[in-house]
Amino acid sequence: MSQQAVPAPLSQPTVQPGKISEVPRSSWAKARERLAWLLVAPSILIVAVVALYPLAQSVRLSFTNAGLTTSCIEDRGGFGNARAGCEREYVGFANYEFLLANDQFITAFWNTVRFTVSSVAIETVLGMIVALIINSQFKARGLLRTAILIPWAIPTVVSSRLWAYMFNDAYGVVNDLLVNRLPQLVDWIPLVGDNLAGVFPEQKIAFLARPEWQMPTAIAVDVWKTTPFMALLLLAGLQIIPGDIYEASTVDGASKWQQFWQMTLPMLRPALLVALIFRTLDAFRVFDVIFVMFGNASKTLTMAIFAQQTLVNGDRLGRTSAASVLIFLCIGLLVLVYTRLVKLEEA
Amino acid sequence: MQGKNSTNATRLVADYVSGRLTRREMIRKAVAAGVSVPAIAAILAGASPRRAFAQDATPIPDPDAASTLVVPSGLRTDLSGSSITAVLADPTDPNGPFLEGAIAKFTEATGIAVEFQRGERTADARLQAYRQQFAGQSADIDVYQIDVIWPGVVAEHAVNLAEPLADLAAQHFEAIVQNNTVEDVLVGIPWFTDAGLLYFRTDLLEKHGVTAPTTWDELTTSAQAIQDAERADNPDFYGYAFQGRAYEGLTCNGLEWQVSNGGGFIVESDGTVSINNPQAIEAFDRARSWVGTIAPEGVTTYAEQETLNLWTAGNLAFARNWPYMFAASQEAPAVAGKVDVSPLPMGTGDAARNADTLGGWQLMVSKYSENQEPAIEFIKFMCSPEFQTAFAAEQSMLPTIAAVYDAQEVAEASEFIPRLKDVFQGGAVARPSSVTGDLYPEVSQAYSQQLNQVLTGDKDGATAAADMEAEISAIAGG
Repeated sequence: MSQQAVPAPLSQPTVQPGKISEVPRSSWAKARERLAWLLVAPSILIVAVVALYPLAQSVRLSFTNAGLTTSCIEDRGGFGNARAGCEREYVGFANYEFLLANDQFITAFWNTVRFTVSSVAIETVLGMIVALIINSQFKARGLLRTAILIPWAIPTVVSSRLWAYMFNDAYGVVNDLLVNRLPQLVDWIPLVGDNLAGVFPEQKIAFLARPEWQMPTAIAVDVWKTTPFMALLLLAGLQIIPGDIYEASTVDGASKWQQFWQMTLPMLRPALLVALIFRTLDAFRVFDVIFVMFGNASKTLTMAIFAQQTLVNGDRLGRTSAASVLIFLCIGLLVLVYTRLVKLEEA
Repeated sequence: MQGKNSTNATRLVADYVSGRLTRREMIRKAVAAGVSVPAIAAILAGASPRRAFAQDATPIPDPDAASTLVVPSGLRTDLSGSSITAVLADPTDPNGPFLEGAIAKFTEATGIAVEFQRGERTADARLQAYRQQFAGQSADIDVYQIDVIWPGVVAEHAVNLAEPLADLAAQHFEAIVQNNTVEDVLVGIPWFTDAGLLYFRTDLLEKHGVTAPTTWDELTTSAQAIQDAERADNPDFYGYAFQGRAYEGLTCNGLEWQVSNGGGFIVESDGTVSINNPQAIEAFDRARSWVGTIAPEGVTTYAEQETLNLWTAGNLAFARNWPYMFAASQEAPAVAGKVDVSPLPMGTGDAARNADTLGGWQLMVSKYSENQEPAIEFIKFMCSPEFQTAFAAEQSMLPTIAAVYDAQEVAEASEFIPRLKDVFQGGAVARPSSVTGDLYPEVSQAYSQQLNQVLTGDKDGATAAADMEAEISAIAGG
């Protein structure tokens, strides 16, 4: 397959019209190309084995009635009936039809979209601010850069559990601060103290149970965790911007604000796009934050939780594969949009 | 000859302790080398191997562990020399030394060597691991420890114990034995058990002149009265807490509410989906009325841990939890010595009864085992009244044999355990896992998700019951 890229035999070099500049390939060049293919072959093989094969398998299984531990999911016609035995077979688009008509899956889709859009937007803005701050010169900068990564280093399951504890309505520290501590604290401020204290709620808030608070709470925890990652990627982008252009623009009388919008941001765009792609894809597959904080609750279900439930509780490999393929398609679409943006940028 | 034997034994012990040999290989080699069975048992009891992983699981040898265990009579000795592998407990269970000690006694009595492996920490992960073993028809593991909701899931991979262990099964609580029976196949023998209990604060009941509630309505009134009075001093005080998060624990709670109200078992033993009935709906709406009144609003996200946190801080008058919370209460200064338990309250209506959802674990023999006879012998030992007496007295694990609750040794070790006999005899309710079989996890998920929506106020009980009926019926339909 790889050799097809090599043009016709060397003895008759073909010079195409319009491509006069193309020099005939020497046998040395041909050998070099062969070596190049040889060198990338292991990577191609690995990608094929660990990425393409499972993907193809998921797509194939999504059109079957496969079970995870059994060969197939059969219609039992009621509880208490023994397995009659069945064959794994292709069921066409039945799994996709089920999912697209399933309220829970649709809810899960919109929850995932809401989560992704909100968390990535907030993380980008905050990450940018953090990156700009730690990119400037100040004492203990190295220490701060390290410290800022701590949330990112804590496993999500652990940090979600901690946050769930802190957001608890009965004994969580967040409610204790809001209801008991902060009003007392601001009360000491002369003149405005009384008014400020009134801002805080009188009753503890069930952050994890109130529908209007659930998603914002999960997003807050995700933002806390992944802003450092965003900041780090953006910082890398900031550091390749040469310092002298700022000097030059300062001499020309540009304000800091103009510098940011007209120099920093455009030059940061490639790094920003990479960061956005990473975070969006990650956020779209969100499982742990939401599962740890809310369990299987239908209000907060995401597509990944739906797929996990279908597989682990339902044993339905076919249907899970269909859900996974839909998640894959959504992510693929997002990547396409982002890479288009990058291309437009390059053009 | 004697000298050669002892050097062999020394080398085997060294290999075993260093982890180069597994228990099973060590025993096989020792038997081949002519080391006597009591000598092997002594080696096993005295030395435990260093494992490559799960270091925290390696028990510290405890000479007292299982010392009160009397080996039951009637164990076969003609299977001497065979060896089996059993998956028991998990790496966080503190009963490792007890099990090692008990197994050594079993090996000493029967000559059957047992390799004791630990299972995965969470039940879900463990079931997945088991399913992989079963899918491969693996003979590596002979005895599996299975959760009370798994008999239907694993039945087709189990040896029917109804005949070989008929006498033993007859001694155990009927509700659990029935739960473990799938289409006349006795999948497993109960090993130890658990059930939902009502916890209450004896000091607060006395202070506010309230008696322990026997109905849910009494509980509601008492919890409200105590909460109103206690809030004056403690704004964080609540009357009642339970497990309202959308997970398996809510299925246990919900089953208690509806069964105690005469609302059926979600799916009846003949396979009928009975969930959509007025008694169940009444029970759901009653539970909904607790949220944000006598129970914290966040109870819809609470599992056992959150209940325990509130309880041990002294911020609850009543709570529903598993038996483990009793021991935890004794270590919490705010509530130590002020805690008592009873069966959960009854509902209203003609069919009202006590209902406490069963937890607990069973032992089963794999159909793919090549050592089924010794494996059955091992279960006969592990599920005997003698074993359960020592297990209860030394490890506070709840027996599944009524007579063990009356045993002198158990009463001396714990005041608490003998009082639970009533719970298991009168109120124990099994989840509909045997009839729904391998579909149970999905049924339970649909049920707890819908019930969680009732608790959060998204749906009323009637709508949820109708939706449950539709969803659960669809699961059965494939």
